[in-house]
Amino acid sequence: MIRAALSALLSHWWRHKVQLAALMIGLALATGLWTGVQAINQEARSSYDAAASVLGQDQLDRLQRADGALIAPEAFVDLRRAGWLVSPVVEGEARIGGVRLRILGIDPLTAPPAAAAVDLTGDGDLAAFIGDDRLVFINPETAGRLPSDPLTVRLSDDLPPGVAIADISTAWSLLDMEGFSHLLLWPEQPYDVPPFEDAAPDLVRIAADGASDVGRLTGSFHLNLTAFGLLSFVVGLFIVHAAVGLAFEQRRPMFRTLRALGLPARHLVALLGGEMLILAVIGGALGIVVGYFVAATLLPDVAATLRGLYGAEVSGTLRLDPGWILAGFAIALVGTAVASAQSLWRLARLPVLAPAQPRAWSMATSRSLALQAGLGCALLLVAAILALFGHGLLSGFTILATLLLGAALLLPAVLMALLKLGASFAQRPLAEWLWADTRQQVPGLSLALMALLLALAASIGVGTMVSSFRLTFTDWLDQRLASELYVTASTEEEAERLRSFLAPLADTVLPIRSVEARVAGAPGEIYGIVDHATYRDHWPLLQGQDETWDRIAASDGALINEQLHRRAGLSIGDTVTLPNGWSETVVGVYSDYGNPTGQVIVGLDALVDRYPDLARLRHAVRISPDDAPALADRIRDEFGVTMRVINQDEVKRLSLDVFERTFLVTGALTVLTLGVAAFAILTSLLTLAAMRLPQLAPVWALGLTRRRLAWIELARAVLLALLTWLVAVPLGLLLAWLLLAIVNVEAFGWRLPLFVFPLDWLALALWATLAAALAAAWPAWRLARIPPARLLQVFAHER
Amino acid sequence: MSVRAALIAFLLLVNSAQGQGFADLGRDAEGFAVPVPDTAFDFPRDHGAHPEYRIEWWYLTATLTGADGRDYGLQWTLFRSALRPEGGEGWGDTPQIWMGHAGLTTPDAHFVAERLSRGGIGQAGVTIDPFAAWIDDWRMESQAEDGADALSALTLTARGQDFAYDLTLTANGPIVPQGDNGYSVKSASGQASYYYSQPFYEVAGVLDLPDGPIDVAGQAWLDREWSSQPLEADQTGWDWFSLHFDDGAKLMGFGLRQEDGDVYTSATWIEPDGAPTPYGDGALILTPLATEEVAGREVPVEWRLELPDRGIDIETRPLNPQSWMDTLFPYWEGPIRFSGSHEGRGYLEMTGYQ
Repeated sequence: MIRAALSALLSHWWRHKVQLAALMIGLALATGLWTGVQAINQEARSSYDAAASVLGQDQLDRLQRADGALIAPEAFVDLRRAGWLVSPVVEGEARIGGVRLRILGIDPLTAPPAAAAVDLTGDGDLAAFIGDDRLVFINPETAGRLPSDPLTVRLSDDLPPGVAIADISTAWSLLDMEGFSHLLLWPEQPYDVPPFEDAAPDLVRIAADGASDVGRLTGSFHLNLTAFGLLSFVVGLFIVHAAVGLAFEQRRPMFRTLRALGLPARHLVALLGGEMLILAVIGGALGIVVGYFVAATLLPDVAATLRGLYGAEVSGTLRLDPGWILAGFAIALVGTAVASAQSLWRLARLPVLAPAQPRAWSMATSRSLALQAGLGCALLLVAAILALFGHGLLSGFTILATLLLGAALLLPAVLMALLKLGASFAQRPLAEWLWADTRQQVPGLSLALMALLLALAASIGVGTMVSSFRLTFTDWLDQRLASELYVTASTEEEAERLRSFLAPLADTVLPIRSVEARVAGAPGEIYGIVDHATYRDHWPLLQGQDETWDRIAASDGALINEQLHRRAGLSIGDTVTLPNGWSETVVGVYSDYGNPTGQVIVGLDALVDRYPDLARLRHAVRISPDDAPALADRIRDEFGVTMRVINQDEVKRLSLDVFERTFLVTGALTVLTLGVAAFAILTSLLTLAAMRLPQLAPVWALGLTRRRLAWIELARAVLLALLTWLVAVPLGLLLAWLLLAIVNVEAFGWRLPLFVFPLDWLALALWATLAAALAAAWPAWRLARIPPARLLQVFAHER
Repeated sequence: MSVRAALIAFLLLVNSAQGQGFADLGRDAEGFAVPVPDTAFDFPRDHGAHPEYRIEWWYLTATLTGADGRDYGLQWTLFRSALRPEGGEGWGDTPQIWMGHAGLTTPDAHFVAERLSRGGIGQAGVTIDPFAAWIDDWRMESQAEDGADALSALTLTARGQDFAYDLTLTANGPIVPQGDNGYSVKSASGQASYYYSQPFYEVAGVLDLPDGPIDVAGQAWLDREWSSQPLEADQTGWDWFSLHFDDGAKLMGFGLRQEDGDVYTSATWIEPDGAPTPYGDGALILTPLATEEVAGREVPVEWRLELPDRGIDIETRPLNPQSWMDTLFPYWEGPIRFSGSHEGRGYLEMTGYQ
């Protein structure tokens, strides 16, 4: 009996291959997008964790200077001689052969066992490491990017990409500094040691933190991706829900027959549950394959973004991880369970001989509609309260989530109201029927329309954010890159020669000199500039005073970038802490998009006073724009390939390139979500098509042709899509505002003005129309060609 | 980071350099100085470090009795190991590596601590005037009056995770050269080291143990040794005794075990006034009596020592058979008592038991 029942149940899918495909595609898309995003996040996180745990920094407390400056080597010796088991670490970034490396200098003799980073067990390795050989350990992938260089490189698979481990003294010479970034504390200190402050009064103890700095910095980016993944998943579930609902609805006569033949309800539910399980596993497997390709396709871009935006090194190749494969299956099962729970629940309570009359499976009563609307209002209220009083990134995303969900839940009620409004203008009976019948359809289509709303709103919100950002960014680039040429020499002698070469040719040659240093307690950069109109006229100041540039010129005060301004809470008049006891008063704040770290600008003299040995290799050249290409050629001819000449356009192009890549992923996910929403409409319409025959048959019987009916169906879908779009526009703008004013500030450290792009919305309206029309086309075509007999059957009670 | 394995490899490297032909009289192939006979010690200079030799140590052991009536023993050792025969200064120039071992033995516990440091940065080292040897906060410092030998009075401290000690040592006898006037031969083929001892310390101080501080008093023995070629390649380990006889005499004796089962022995009999009598291979007879499983290996913790020339025939028993030094190079080191023809206390070190 069970076997017969099972084969009867399954036979449905063979006869409705499109439905099966819809179910599979829905499941695969939902699972795939979610899994893909998770795989990307996991890959990135494991890269961060590996980077963070390289020296056990995630487990070991550390000592560092409160002002963030380097610790003098003597302080380490003093602490050791006071009995403290500490081990020095120097950390910084260096460019070696054009590749940026995070250099970690360690002392293998005092390093705690938890700081196990490299294997020095080979013959003479320790001697080579601490001796003159300057042995450096690097991950093979990173080493592959390095040109042949002066380092003695040893490959180590255990190291994360972009990290080089060397002895303290090797690191000092690579980083051109002397001192320790922090001291690692052994977990067990000796018996009864005196307080460390006695030996090193200016150090503070920092508790071990499982989260890495990079992880924290990029947390928002990944939350962003996760949010998109979740959105896609939810939208995908709408498809599954629609397909499952349809399949149950169409098999009601079969269920009745099976029950009448003696199959217990429990068995029927179990069989259908088992069927769903099988489908979920297959769909989940497909989804994991999809997810793998999504992740593998997007990962290089994500890695490039993370590197460009945060300086975070993420491996560009995806590893198959059982973790996210299992998570993929789990999410597919959970999704299927959620999507089919309602149908199974109804089935379980179905009386044996209930009439096999189709009821719209999700035909909501007016009471449930009101309930839903009430819930939506409550969620919107929560969003509003959070927007007023909340702060932090998590609050920002919670606002996003409650806003979107609340708006989606309110959608049917809003559509009903709009349709009621429309109906009040209807004069002719057909129009009245059309409005009324459309309202009748809203509950059935509501889930698909919610999916469409979310996709449209996300598209408007993200699109507005990206376009606003792009506009601001391009403007800012124009201001920031005021010089026509940027020339970098490879040696001091060459630079000297360059300056004398340029003196008669260029209007002005501005030196660019900078140092990587700890700024307000975190890694950053300090630039020294000369007094020149290029800066006074063009530099993009967010906050400034009349005397800002005079004070910089007089080496009295510093400009800080917006990131530092927000992160360290520094404003004009505050004091910014620079290395080695140096501090300056903030005299201005400038915008600095695309830079993850804090940056400080001081007068060149002030910088050179502190760092007399700073390289003088980089120059900005002012010349009339028309003459710039010719001068660039002359410099190249004169100095050959060792001299790097970049003109303004190239820098802008490169910068915009980085920018585009940054938002490529969000853009791709937006498009995918919209596609999924369109598919949801299609499946919902297919579901409804069969059930709507009782409503259509009388209209047909009254004389409306099937063709006409089909056109009306098409128009109705478009109407609903457009109405949804109407709701989506304000929602999307709200979303964009949240992204720009809250999420971006928290995530990237900069706030952007909101620009509106009405043409983009119109384009989106067209896309929504097209999506709805495409989705409705097939059901409409089927309606146009439905055999009249089937319509007649409605009246014969013989369906 | 497997520093442990690294240092083992490093010291194996030191050992593997043994047995190579002399590149020059007094120098080995890599430029390290090698001991030569008939070299007089030059104090206080020789109390300090000899960076031109590969290895060196300041090795102090004390047999103590606590105010609670129990026996205790402790060890304080500073090792120096050279990558190149140069001094080195600062972080970028590291030819010298220092290692400290501290042990504290009670009848029912054995505490161990270990420290490592590069030379030339101040974390570890030895100064001659005033004499001080230190690594981290472990210090052996001279308290000698002007004119007296720098090692004649010392303070000694060390601290581990669960113990600490603080001692005052006063020598009531002279420094004693070992072997042939300080030239101590370690194998039949002539491997040798410079070696002298100060075995005449009276000790008083405090041990900090998990149960609380304990006042102690007793005797201590300091060994100073440096070389570039301590062992022959086929020598697998050694058993080393420093014994305080109840009548004030001292005996240093060791046996170097060879792969073929033979043992190369050496001993120095020290009169209560400090007059030494060296004994070459074979004079001292070492016989293991009983083994105990220690750290997963069989270690002979009870011995019979015979030095017929002096009528000595004694048997030793450890205070704590589990006196295992679980350090980079693990070994057994702990206080012993002996009885038989003579009675007294001492220290035993055993290495190379697999």
